[in-house]
Amino acid sequence: MKRLTLTALAAAVALTAAPASADLIVPNLSYRTGPYGANGTQYADGFNDYFTLLNERDGGIGGELIQVPECETAYNTEKGVECYEATKEGALVFNPLSTGITYQLIPKVGVDKKVLYTPGYGRTSAKNGKVFEWVFNAPANYWDGASVAIKYLLDENGGDLSGKKIALVYHNSAYGKEPIRTLQELAEKHGFTLSEIPIEAPGQEQKSQWLQIRRDQPDYVLMWGWGVMNQVAIQEAANIRFPMENFIGIWWAGSEIDVTPAGAGANGYKSMTFNGVGMDYPLYDDLKTHVIDPGKASQGGEHVGSAVYSRGLYAAVVIAEAIRKAQELAGTSAITPEQLRDGFENLDMTDERLTEIGLPDFGPAFQLSCANHGGNGMARVQQWDAEAKTWNLITEFTEPDNEVLDPLIAEDSEAYAQEAGVTPRDC
Amino acid sequence: MDQLFFAAEVFLNGLMTGVMYSLVALGFVLIFKASGVFNYAQGVLALFAALTLVGIQQGQVPFAHLINAIFGTHVESFGWTLPSIAAIALTVLVMIGLAILIETLVLKHLVGQEPIILFMATIGLAYFLEGLGDVMWGADIKTLDVGLPQGISDSVEAVTAEWFGYGFFIDRLDIWATMIAALLVAALVAFSQYTKQGRAMRAVADDHQAALSVGISLRFIWIMVWSIAGFVALVAGIMWGTKSGVQFSLSLIALKALPVLMLGGFTSIPGAIVGGLIIGVGEKLFEFWVGPLVGGATENWFAYVLALLFLVFRPQGLFGEKIIERV
Repeated sequence: MKRLTLTALAAAVALTAAPASADLIVPNLSYRTGPYGANGTQYADGFNDYFTLLNERDGGIGGELIQVPECETAYNTEKGVECYEATKEGALVFNPLSTGITYQLIPKVGVDKKVLYTPGYGRTSAKNGKVFEWVFNAPANYWDGASVAIKYLLDENGGDLSGKKIALVYHNSAYGKEPIRTLQELAEKHGFTLSEIPIEAPGQEQKSQWLQIRRDQPDYVLMWGWGVMNQVAIQEAANIRFPMENFIGIWWAGSEIDVTPAGAGANGYKSMTFNGVGMDYPLYDDLKTHVIDPGKASQGGEHVGSAVYSRGLYAAVVIAEAIRKAQELAGTSAITPEQLRDGFENLDMTDERLTEIGLPDFGPAFQLSCANHGGNGMARVQQWDAEAKTWNLITEFTEPDNEVLDPLIAEDSEAYAQEAGVTPRDC
Repeated sequence: MDQLFFAAEVFLNGLMTGVMYSLVALGFVLIFKASGVFNYAQGVLALFAALTLVGIQQGQVPFAHLINAIFGTHVESFGWTLPSIAAIALTVLVMIGLAILIETLVLKHLVGQEPIILFMATIGLAYFLEGLGDVMWGADIKTLDVGLPQGISDSVEAVTAEWFGYGFFIDRLDIWATMIAALLVAALVAFSQYTKQGRAMRAVADDHQAALSVGISLRFIWIMVWSIAGFVALVAGIMWGTKSGVQFSLSLIALKALPVLMLGGFTSIPGAIVGGLIIGVGEKLFEFWVGPLVGGATENWFAYVLALLFLVFRPQGLFGEKIIERV
């Protein structure tokens, strides 16, 4: 009898936990544990909270509640694939926040017909929608980030970087190596010298690399780091007295947790970003009323407004807008992944729409199409104020150098198409 | 000539880095020496100790997330900031308490089992402690400040600039780590050589059964050794945590200790130090000379290659005890 009761209870719990069939399912492949858990937690919280807001305030999107089942990947590629397999039933879109997991999922989503949205990470050439039908990486990718960083340095140097020395400190992984080709091309175009300095993951020990930087004395250091590598690099840069205003990280090296361990030493450090930070946006009034104050914020709302939380929230905003567009195009609220793909391909994120959402100037305006899954690649630069403990935006959104990037995207995506036997779509 | 000075600077920094590796390796040696157990959880012990130190120092309420989730409260902080010494002392007490719990709940039940069983138990312990640390103190990166200085040593830079025309970089934190490690090793050697408990520890290491037969309490020795290993883990956690902030990747510093142990031997305290110095200097010089030719990032794998090379000639490590088993 006791066993029967337990079985019934377990069945009841399983049924309760499963999303209602009419709901739209957006799994959150998150990581709250392990070496990268501090970053993953904030991103997952922002992602969850925006959908909670839509459910609580608007009753979902188009009358459909959004279910966000979470699965812990621990930033581990194998676990990420397991999570994908475990949650793909009925799911519309995946956003695993890991370039390693993304590379494994790209062939899978093509077979399963699920959308893969990788804002600011993943495979850069997925911007080519003709080859990567199911993958989207707007508003910006790694090559955009590299190009906008160089554009910023050009502005800082009166449009001339010839003779300058730029060092790239990078996570020795698929992610960290992404910008190398772009930077090599840009070095050739603008006449600066590029030195590439890999750091083995996780990156707790970087003495050799920063001694090399101290000896070589580059004018600027760019960083593609993640997790503990960022904190140690910023501390080591401060230790050798490298001028922080000449040290620029990609957006994944631009959160509060990257700079706070170095204290005052991190003052002036810069990073790229494609989303706003802080709570000074009208959306946060609604978030406070409907999510934070009623105690429905993910993990208690501890990280609301942080850089990585804001990026997770921004990813949810773009997905929600694509769902809205898909519903409009399909004439039904209960959309399929195919219809969501169409929604993404017709997405027009205007400044006006962001203002309507309550996030004016929070992200760049961009438009997607069948051929362009990456938008216009605009990004901006933010700078850390260690005393006020805030990021300040110091540039407007800037377009990358598409003259350099477009041929690279075409080349890489065509190579993938040949390798994977994909026939590019005609669009 | 410049290359020579650069190499000298890399050599010195390699020595300093080696000391940091040795601090982690020491904890492994202590437990292996006394019980023959390779403690897989040593890296997590360093993480747990550092998390606890920051939590106590900053007045963080342990299990705050859990308490708030269950009772709907909003407790976060006790509202105090303790002086570093007081926080370190309280953390040492917590580590002693943890040692008692580990002995009572895990080790006591495994007396007489094969070393592999005890090793497996420490794997379980590592994952449990990592989860416990997460639930207890949260997953955020915490800034650790116990007053240790960081950054380039101006005096070293000025003196070397005057002597060689090139100012060497030495991190002040590394200088402190070296002094602390020297004190720690001297204290540990003195303890094991000249105190009754230290001699008892060595007796247990030599032969459990013989030690028991002369009235040495195995349980007391294990608690004592795990407490000391916890203290060493705290020191390692402070040094590494000061540099990177206290975060969960801190447990991975154990990976840097393994080649040190292979090289220095699992049973020798001086071996852990000498092994650390050789690994530190070896990997840094290799990266300096060969790294640029092969694309860099050689340190992680080269440390193991170096350790394996030593193993070929001295399987027991530089200072390890030679094991002779007659068939």
